[in-house]
Amino acid sequence: MSDPRNGKRPRPKLAVWKLASCDGCQLSLLDCEDELLAVAGAVEIASFPEVSRAEIAGPYDVSLVEGSITTPHDLERIQEVRRQSRVLVAIGACATAGGIQALRNFADVQGLVGAVYGRPEYIRTLERSTPVSDHVPVDYELRGCPISKAQLLELVTALLAGRAPDLPTSSLCQECKQMGVVCVMVAHGTPCLGPVTQAGCGALCPALGRGCFGCFGPMEAPNPDSLAARWRELGLTPEAVERGFHTFNAWAEPFRDVARREDGR
Amino acid sequence: MRERTLRVDYLARVEGEGALHLRLRKGEAVEARLEIFEPPRLFEGFLRGRACTEVPDLTARICGICPASYQMSSTQALEAALGLEVEPAVRDLRRLLHLGEWIESHALHVYLLHAPDFLGFDDAIRLARQAPDPVRRGLRLKKLGNAVMRSVGGREIHPLNPCVGGFYRAPEREDLVALLPELEWALEAARETVRWVAGFTFPELERPYEFVALRHPQEYPVNEGRVVSSEGLDIPVAEYEEHFEEEQVPHSTALRSRLRERGAYLVGPLARLNLNADRLSPPAREALEEAGVEVPIRNPFRSIVARSVELVEAVAGVMVLIERYRPPERPRLPVPEALPEAVVGHGCTEAPRGILYHRYRVGADGLVEEARIVPPTAQNQASIEEDLRSLAPALAGMDRAEATWLCEQAIRNYDPCMSCSAHFLTLTLEEG
Ligand code: SF4
Ligand code: SF4
Repeated sequence: MSDPRNGKRPRPKLAVWKLASCDGCQLSLLDCEDELLAVAGAVEIASFPEVSRAEIAGPYDVSLVEGSITTPHDLERIQEVRRQSRVLVAIGACATAGGIQALRNFADVQGLVGAVYGRPEYIRTLERSTPVSDHVPVDYELRGCPISKAQLLELVTALLAGRAPDLPTSSLCQECKQMGVVCVMVAHGTPCLGPVTQAGCGALCPALGRGCFGCFGPMEAPNPDSLAARWRELGLTPEAVERGFHTFNAWAEPFRDVARREDGR
Repeated sequence: MRERTLRVDYLARVEGEGALHLRLRKGEAVEARLEIFEPPRLFEGFLRGRACTEVPDLTARICGICPASYQMSSTQALEAALGLEVEPAVRDLRRLLHLGEWIESHALHVYLLHAPDFLGFDDAIRLARQAPDPVRRGLRLKKLGNAVMRSVGGREIHPLNPCVGGFYRAPEREDLVALLPELEWALEAARETVRWVAGFTFPELERPYEFVALRHPQEYPVNEGRVVSSEGLDIPVAEYEEHFEEEQVPHSTALRSRLRERGAYLVGPLARLNLNADRLSPPAREALEEAGVEVPIRNPFRSIVARSVELVEAVAGVMVLIERYRPPERPRLPVPEALPEAVVGHGCTEAPRGILYHRYRVGADGLVEEARIVPPTAQNQASIEEDLRSLAPALAGMDRAEATWLCEQAIRNYDPCMSCSAHFLTLTLEEG
């Protein structure tokens, strides 16, 4: 990143983009209140419409992309963002798995649009909500709905230092045990997605006495079918099992057809 | 005939994606459109068939800036449908969570999104280079709002603790009390915020708005109340749909709301303050008086003052609630899995940007049959467009850059949230 003319390192250019999303992952960056001004000093915020009217043309050193692809327009935009970005990071369940709006992928979209809008012909939307990596190469992914601030800061620091970020791939159960939380499934029979969900949140839900509902998406090599079988033993109907897996990461491969597979046994 | 078109293709410093299109002729606006092109997320469609207990986790995802408001409106609507009545301590906790969200959201808007407009900066980061103190103050206030949300809700964005029937776990009293020293600082910082923004220069514009907000017999409205307006509307929440309707227009993925009798209306801090100034807590009332501001405020650019007065109200309210907090005996009421017959419930709370109405029909199997959600920005959309029309004479004498900035600023008066408004749209019909 050094400038050949004077040998000085210009500040890396950071851009933040939004597709179909709730703005929560971008807000996580603003929620790093203590570090925000330091980050803003270390990088040049070249495009971040939620925060600034100023816009500096690309190319960008790092692009953070929030949201999933749901419209023909965004399909074009993501290609352009990729062309303009040296490093592209997908942030959050929307950008890494299609997000909650991917629930449409299991339904008839025109029917859904018709249910929501009186004049569906005004609405242009794709049949499916898909993650960024379905369309362009992605360099890093941050999981979560929303992402974790700690992981975001780790990523930005690592990129600034030119090293690979240290992000977990193990299950939430591991994190939960480290925190010393009593297992809600073993102790209370509460359905929990912890065994198949990627760590990262600090096991917030089990600590409150409720089951994990999977905002960090599937861990590496999970076994969702065996977890679904356990849920059935706890008394859940196949429909309830399916709903359990079908939230913010419903379109992530391991979670897609759990209930159907379980049913087929 | 000279015509000028002002277009902003991507509105900055608002939540979500929108554009502005304004066509002026001889000092008059022949067309004023706020275009919301936020991709539709179809929430009302896929809430169908979900269990009531799943709803608050799902509706939170409509908006990362005001998730607790979505959780509060949906839990209360569902509890109304299911006939659940929470104890007063649970009600207090909800108010606490909600006020934490007001602090976080209002500090974000006042300091990071709106104040730079009045001071001539593109953003708060550039403002911070010239004037670091106010920006630091804003960030610290925002951080406190997040801390309140986290203590009650388990997480600041998409809280995990609220549920239909109450909360999964009641917070410990000592964890809340630990926030009091920072709240003491915040009370003064919020009053300072009112002084700071009251000193800004406000563009001229006054319009005869119909203000709409909740009204509660004793409190400044947050979580409950009747729906009232400056034109004499006064109805229980359950009658909302008899008086308000939505229409769909081709240029927006958001539906726009109108009062059936009278058309456009305004919700949000300005409406809340104008209709409820007599319910302010003493510190907020003092801050208002000290700033020399009289209600009703009819200049939309002064909404930043109303928002700042509400920061004082929210901080003071949080302090009172924490001081009297005793953990509820039953933080969570059981939710019936099946019902004798289908039921309907309505809920309305004051999101930071204004009233947020939800209605659900739940089947005998305990699953949602129909959901309807009307967010504040969709309700303000018509008012925003009328403001832009009214600015036309002022814009005529300005160069393009100046005119564009003023229009953007006028839109930011509303702290609009496109993410919210596009996510909700419901059955609406535009004739023709
Ligand atoms: S992943 Fe969750 S928090 Fe992030 S933008 Fe999507 S819905 Fe919002
Ligand atoms: S425990 Fe699961 S559902 Fe809860 S915050 Fe963590 S990942 Fe999300």
